[in-house]
Order: sequence, then structure tokens, then C-alpha cells
Amino acid sequence: MSRLSVRKTYKLYIGGAFPRSESGRSYPVTSAKGDFLANASRASRKDARDAVVAARKAFPGWSGATPYNRGQILYRVAEMLEGRRGQFAEELGGGKRAAAERVDATVDRLVWYAGWSDKIAAVHGAANPVAGPYFNLSSPEPTGVVAVVAPADPLLGLVSVVAPVIVTGNTCVVVASEPSPLAAITLAEVLATSDLPGGVVNILTGSQAELAPWLAAHMDVNGLDLTGVDDADLALRCEQAAAENLKRVLRPAPEDWTADPGLGRMTRFLETKTVWHPIGI
Amino acid sequence: MPYLWYADTPGVPRTWGTTALRWSGLELEALVGDAVMVSTVTTSLTDVASSDTALRAFLHGLPGVDRVGADQRAAMLGTRSIKTTAKAQAIDLAISMVDLTTLEGADTAGKVRAMCTKAVRPGGDAPKVAAVCVYPDLVPVAVEALGGAGVKVASVATAFPSGRSSLEVKVAETTGAVSAGADEIDMVIDRGAFLSGRYMKVYEEIVAVKAACGAAHLKVILETGELATYDNVRRASWLAMLAGADFIKTSTGKVSPAATPPVTLIMLEAVRDFRDATGRQVGVKPAGGIRTTKDAIKNLVLVNETAGDDWLTPEWFRLGASSLLNDLLMQRQKLATGRYAGPDYFTLD
Repeated sequence: MSRLSVRKTYKLYIGGAFPRSESGRSYPVTSAKGDFLANASRASRKDARDAVVAARKAFPGWSGATPYNRGQILYRVAEMLEGRRGQFAEELGGGKRAAAERVDATVDRLVWYAGWSDKIAAVHGAANPVAGPYFNLSSPEPTGVVAVVAPADPLLGLVSVVAPVIVTGNTCVVVASEPSPLAAITLAEVLATSDLPGGVVNILTGSQAELAPWLAAHMDVNGLDLTGVDDADLALRCEQAAAENLKRVLRPAPEDWTADPGLGRMTRFLETKTVWHPIGI
Repeated sequence: MPYLWYADTPGVPRTWGTTALRWSGLELEALVGDAVMVSTVTTSLTDVASSDTALRAFLHGLPGVDRVGADQRAAMLGTRSIKTTAKAQAIDLAISMVDLTTLEGADTAGKVRAMCTKAVRPGGDAPKVAAVCVYPDLVPVAVEALGGAGVKVASVATAFPSGRSSLEVKVAETTGAVSAGADEIDMVIDRGAFLSGRYMKVYEEIVAVKAACGAAHLKVILETGELATYDNVRRASWLAMLAGADFIKTSTGKVSPAATPPVTLIMLEAVRDFRDATGRQVGVKPAGGIRTTKDAIKNLVLVNETAGDDWLTPEWFRLGASSLLNDLLMQRQKLATGRYAGPDYFTLD
């Protein structure tokens, strides 16, 4: 007897749950060759608003967790991803070997960032010599809710922009790549089963041009990563809107995702807190 | 003959059978024709509280509430879409109806003063709120801070929130709050007495507190979260109105669930029917659990569709809330600027 195949409905990932778009809209996703793959949700500005609320709600818990604990959870994400290598390689399509290499690189990227969780403060913070009886200490602090426009690279690119944001204690709202959003939602399933608290990462699929300006103008968003924006005019408008509440903005620039990522993406969304502690009194 | 309830609302039965009146020993022959009817009922309703038996018979003679119907109607009215200019108007109306409340053990004079400043100037060109609601000992602080700005001072009294104290203490607390300058008194009913069927005790307490209020308005808190059934909500509403309440209020805010839409719906029906029967208008104040602009607008829709727009003013409808005001202000700013507002730019309270 033949059985009916059970197909996956690709939905959004907001606050640890997988809701459909509030607007009820969807759009067809095709492979590089133009074959139909699936329908993905087309998120509206209200989904973006809900996602920011979820991210804000998750921020105190996530930023308050110990860096060691955040590192453990990121490593756990890598473990879960490792277990699903086959599925991701298939979803990425293209050449089998090339796809498998991309997935492996993604797992390695997560492990690399997981290691930085409790080391970034040592590298980026400082005990400052000051002329006075004070112990003066600068420590990096997460900036808050970061809106991320993910690049076209559906898995490695996505993880390379999300991991540095959350490892330092920020929470984020991600607009997944518009032409290839499916891996992002499958990654959400990995995140949902990795002890990552709901709301730390929220993933929206849909039109970048529709969602990015709302997130850029949102007064409860503290940072904006425009990596995935290819349209220079849209990027400019987003940067201008972000200036209203002085968001930290990462401007779009072409990047090689297989290269050594460096610390720039982590430090971009950190603030420095300096404490003057009296001594010798 | 259905005469007080009209059968225009499917789901919520509003045909008041004549049984209720027969039980309360009233004459039915006179109940023909509207004018005659109203006057008869007016006099009849004063007799209702003549004895414990009569009161019980009247309250238990009220038609039962169709639970599913009430839930459904409240949910259906909650789906109304209010947008753009209508939304802007609704937000301003809701702000002007807010009873800005702080009822914490940790309240200080400073916190009350800060809240009063916000009540008078909530932000931008937003209208001032209807009243501030505080504990009795902070009434003088609120009166001084508001200084005749047109925002009323409401005080909870009668051993809020449990109401577990003697009548003397409750009356003394009320008198104290009124003499300190409170314009409105929010009293709680004795839920224990109500639930065990001692309606006369509840009635007499409300009458005594109403007398102690003098010129101050009396809001009677039913604490619907503890009343268990919608039938009890309807009975308690009528009991409070018969005893002379100027407002009926859902909850103290200390018990969950607080002001759910179906409960507000039932209370709005009660005030509408009470006005039809007696000619006296009573206000409604849902309080507790109303945190978002969406909740507030749902309440306004309920008022408009149930009691009518006579109630759609701060004089007859209030929203008891604390965090709601910031959400209303944020939505107001979103409409004005076109970008989503963030709580960083509004006062913490």
C-alpha cells in the first residue's frame, strides 16, 4: 500500500513557537533551477512587531545567563545541527559534496562562536589604569534587541550573522534570505530543541524590502545588521531610520563566509560599561 | 411577556420571565404598557430589599446567563477592527477613561506624586486621565499633587482587597478617605457573605458605605474572579445597583482572572437593564488585566454595542489600569510618527 507523504509547512519562528504569518500570506520558494520547493510564510510588519516584543521579553533572561551557559547552549545548537547534517545538505541542494561542506562549516562556525562566549570579556574588556584611588574596570555588555537582515547564503551566512549577535547576550529578530528561506526555518527547529530560550532568536521569512524598514525604525530595537541588504537605496533608508534612536548599525559589505570571521561582528553589538570602584579607603 | 430584556441579542437570553416578579410578590396586572411598567417597576424595586427573603427571591429570579452565549458574543465583539482615525479617537477616549491606579504595599508619597503628574499630562497632547486611584492614606498626597487639575481622586476603602473587616471599620475608613478629599470611593463587597447567600448583609454594607460617602461617588467592586459563575455576576451587579452604587467595578486587580470581556458584557447589560427599569444610570469600571490598547478598544466596543453610547464617556465608563496607559501612549505615538514606539521613551511606573 502506498502512503501519503507528510509535507512540512514552513512557518515563522517567534518567541519559541512556530506561528503562521498574522497576515495569512505565503509565497512560493523555488530551487536555483526554478523548480517549486515549498510555500514559505510572507511575514508582515505585525509579525515583525510581535517578534520584537518576544525578543525584548527574552533579553533579561538571556543577557543575565552566565557567558559559560550561553556558550554551552550554542555548542548544543552545533550538536543538534551535526545530527541533522543529512537533512540540511539535502535542503541546501546543489552538489552533494559542496552542500555537505557548507553544513560542516556551519557547525564549525557555531562551535567557534560558542567558545568566545566567556572569552570576549577578557579580550574586549579591560582593567584601566587611572590616576586616582580607583579600580577602573570596563566590561562589554550586550546592547539589547538586534534586527538582522540575513545574507543570501541560506545556512552558513545565516549562522555567521546570528551566532555573533546572540553569543554576547543580545536577542535578535532575523529576516531570512528572501529567495532561500527554507534552511532558516529548519534551523529554527534546531534552535527550538537546543535549550535556547524562546525569543532569543526569532526568524521571519518574507520580503526584505517590506520588513527591514519597519525594524530599522522600531524604537525598541537597539541594533541593526544590514548584511543581507543588497539594494543600496534600501540600506540607506534603513540607516537613516535607525538614526532616530541611535541604533548600532552594521553596514552591508560583501563577505566571504568561509573566511575567518574575526571579532568585528561580536563587538559591533556590544556596549562598554565602565565601573569606578574605590580602593584603599 | 418579556418586558425588561429585549430579544435582540442571540445567545444572551434577555427575556425576563414573569416568574421573578411573582416570586418577589409583586403585582403583575399593572405591567402593561411601557410608561406604566417603568413606574411600577421603580416602586417595585424599592420593595425588593424590604426583607432578606424578598431580596433573595428577586436576585434568584433574575434570568440565568447563557455562559456559552456570553463568551461567544464577547469574543465576537472582540474581533472588530478599529483602524486609523477611528483608532486615534478610541485611544484618546480610552486615555480619558483611565483610572490610573497604584495599589501596592510599597506605594510611597513620591510614587503617588509622580503618578499624579502623569495623570494630568500623560505625554504629548494626550488628554488627561479620568482619575487616580490610591489607598486611603495616600489620598491627601494625591489631592495636593493634582491641585484641582480636573483629575478626580479615587480611594479604595472597606478593607481592600479582601473586605474582611467589621462594618464599623469599613465605614470609618470610608469617612476618613472622603474627609481627606477623595471624590470617589471604591469599596469591595463581602464575597463570603454573597457566596453563602447572605445578600442582605452585602446590601446593608453597601447602603452604609454609600451613606458614609456623602457627595463622593461610590464604586462597588464585585471581584468577579471570586464569584464563580456569570449568574452570580449578574446578581451581584443588581444587588450593588439596588443598594445605591454609582458605579459597578469588576475586580480589585489582586485576583486572577480579573476583568474578562464576558464579565464586562454581563455588567454592561445589567446597567442598561437597570436604567430601563428605574431611570437611574449606573457606570461600569472593568479593572485588572487590561494591559494593551487592543484590550481597551475591545472594552469600548463592548460598551457601544451593549449599553450604548450614553455610557461612552469618562463619566459612565472607566478603565482601571496602571500599565495600560503606557501602551495607549505608545500606540498613540505609533499613529503619529508611523514607527513602532519603544518603552525606553516612556516613564517607568
